[in-house]
Amino acid sequence: MNKFETYAYDVLVIGSGGAGLRAAVASQESGARTAVISKCLLGKAHTVMAEGGIAASLGHVDENDGWQPHFKDTMFGGKYVNDWRMALIHAKESPEAVRELERWGAVFDRTPDGRILQRAFGGHTHPRLCHVGDRTGLEMIRTLQDRAVAVGIDTFMECIITRLLTDREGAVCGAFGFFKNTGKIVVFRSKAVIIATGGLGKIWRITSNSWDCTADGQALAYEAGAELKDMEFVQFHPTGMVWPPGVKGLLVTEAVRGEGGLLKNKLGERFMKKYDPKRMELSTRDVVARAINQEVKEGRGSEHGGVYLDISHRSAAYVKRKLPSMYQQFKEFADVDITKQPMEVGPTCHYTMGGVRVDHESQQSSVKGLFAAGEAAAGLHGGNRLGGNSLSDLIVFGKRAGMGAAEYARKVQSPAIIEDTTLEQYSRELFLPFERPGGETPAGVHHDLQNIMEAHAGIIRQGSELQEGLEKLKILKTRYPLIHVDGNTRYNFGWHLYLSLANMITVAEIIAKAALERKESRSAQARADFPNMDSAWGKKSIIVTKVNGAPEIRAELLPAMPDEISKLLGDH
Amino acid sequence: MAEKTHEAVFLIFRGTPENGEYKEYRIQVVDGMVVLDAMMEIQAKFVSDLGIRCNCGAGKCGSCSAEINGVPRLMCKTRLSDLPEGQPVKVGPLKSFPGIKDLVTDVSWNYEVNKTMTPFTPHQDTEWRMQQFEVDRIQEHRKCIECFLCQDTCHVIREHDKKKEYCGPRFLVRLASLAMHPLDAADRMAFIKEKAGIGLCNVTHCCSDVCPEKIRITDNAIIPLKERIADRYYDPVLTLIRRIFGKRKSNI
Repeated sequence: MNKFETYAYDVLVIGSGGAGLRAAVASQESGARTAVISKCLLGKAHTVMAEGGIAASLGHVDENDGWQPHFKDTMFGGKYVNDWRMALIHAKESPEAVRELERWGAVFDRTPDGRILQRAFGGHTHPRLCHVGDRTGLEMIRTLQDRAVAVGIDTFMECIITRLLTDREGAVCGAFGFFKNTGKIVVFRSKAVIIATGGLGKIWRITSNSWDCTADGQALAYEAGAELKDMEFVQFHPTGMVWPPGVKGLLVTEAVRGEGGLLKNKLGERFMKKYDPKRMELSTRDVVARAINQEVKEGRGSEHGGVYLDISHRSAAYVKRKLPSMYQQFKEFADVDITKQPMEVGPTCHYTMGGVRVDHESQQSSVKGLFAAGEAAAGLHGGNRLGGNSLSDLIVFGKRAGMGAAEYARKVQSPAIIEDTTLEQYSRELFLPFERPGGETPAGVHHDLQNIMEAHAGIIRQGSELQEGLEKLKILKTRYPLIHVDGNTRYNFGWHLYLSLANMITVAEIIAKAALERKESRSAQARADFPNMDSAWGKKSIIVTKVNGAPEIRAELLPAMPDEISKLLGDH
Repeated sequence: MAEKTHEAVFLIFRGTPENGEYKEYRIQVVDGMVVLDAMMEIQAKFVSDLGIRCNCGAGKCGSCSAEINGVPRLMCKTRLSDLPEGQPVKVGPLKSFPGIKDLVTDVSWNYEVNKTMTPFTPHQDTEWRMQQFEVDRIQEHRKCIECFLCQDTCHVIREHDKKKEYCGPRFLVRLASLAMHPLDAADRMAFIKEKAGIGLCNVTHCCSDVCPEKIRITDNAIIPLKERIADRYYDPVLTLIRRIFGKRKSNI
């Protein structure tokens, strides 16, 4: 008789965003009994905020598009430190993945001949983004949610996983957590686990990310012994709202620029002509973000410390039809009518290209039985992600992770049973902050973490500043065990923040260390002390593993690229 | 730029349904703040264990539903400057669902109802061509973020607690999006009439009034479905035609 509420599955998916739901559907359809664990209610994951679209070379608007240009654009955008094998799979499989969504009920905007419409986007050389106005993520998540329900997947909503369970050989055999509503402990035994927990924007103060983006999966995998990769590459999206304070950082979709929006400084100049005269507003995100940063720094910023993004030269009807959420967002939050006035925008922490290192085919991590997909996994995007490549990443590699995990699970007899004494210890750890005397608060420590990362590991980095940041993180770590949480275990925001804070601090240190290690400027990693791209670093990835309780950093050569693939990329 | 601040008073429901009350909190607020910002500030300063459900903070996920001065609204989309000045802001949980703690309610009933519906079922031989004008109306339905404010405000659920007989506006919207999908082949008419309980809606438009996505729930989802039900089950001429020529899926 188990002391804790226990469930057994073949495959356990942690995370209910696009990657998690797609993985769960694939796993269940491959014959594995599958459950989805969701930290939030179903359908509320951060995927819901994706706006611009899904990149897939359907060629409906420009028939010259195909997987080759999509592959080339993705590699160029990532400055060639992508895992080319993942970029290849992604470019080839995303069109079918989009069609699959349509078959499951997604209703995309249409071309005049009735097919899925595609729009232009930064870094894509052809109009490639399948979209539904500017609420594509919502369409995707609702479609996958309906599909998950239709294929009979069990879901555990508002459940937080705090530990992955591993057996004596180090293979994953389940997960440990609790339900937010009650604080009651729950144990999942499973043959395989898929990490699909998304990103980590909440490590920074100015972010477009949801409250749930707290580095959970990266930390869970790292603690379980898995390798993390490319953690230095954090994308700062060029256009977040800068005012009012409550929504500072909230995303302004790239689709605004895709639909013709112009970036101007306070002098009215289209300043992108200085930074990327060829692609102008539709340059890659890293370039545009740094350009805005520069304009503001040199005193040419807008009233609230951003720059202007103007779409008012388009007709009001067009703007309202193609960018309805943006129209509403600015109307409701900032009293700005974007059909008449320019928006004020500035960079915001948006996406992490790094994550759990996975096999390009199966999405298995370096730990047996542990898989990862979506933003929590690394490889596809290299040093910088193109807009629209995230949603396609979720469905292409979510599906592969689900199939990979189900296949792995077929070969496992029965997951190891973890002893009650171990589980009891995990359980005691959770409740410690209730017993401590007052001192630190979760919100206070979180606030300081965010400020450290803004100041020391932001959009422009420097060796000395990163060092200093790491020192500050060291002190912050000593404050963590002093955090007190009030009240009880029933739906307690402070307690949940306390627990996710452990993940954020762990991963923040890893990011800072990886950023310090990569002594060059390449796409999202901009180092003031190493302003140029270094071809030697262009051949390497940074891998992080836990050794003797601390992150160990090493550089590893990228997989070799065969000549016929290299040829596709042209000169670079 | 210096931000203008002033003190504001909030009355927040604290506790459980069995043992709870509204408690007063005072904070400095700045221009442009929304209710959710105030709740997070109060959480950070005074009530670390606040029970609150929020995620995107941007009106896209539909998590932070609450009753603000008695009106069902999203906390993240309610600007303080739009509420009566100089009066306390009262923030409580949704009334139509069982309370868990503070501002959090148990909305799991909605997810159970959703499971009972036949999902999208495409025609076998379709080439997946649809015109934009054909999908405009279901794209309106599909804007729904499942905040459940419409479910909360609907008097059939709120006053009469007909959760067993009635699926509520949210799911009539879903059913409408399926019924009006140009390529859907399933017949949900009997379900809409019997299980979903569409007859219980007496078109008071309360759901449309609280929808943060401004979906015209009553006019563009419920009434068209009611018309289809009327055509199917209560139109004497069509009933006769169907008797003679056999049944076909209505495709209004």
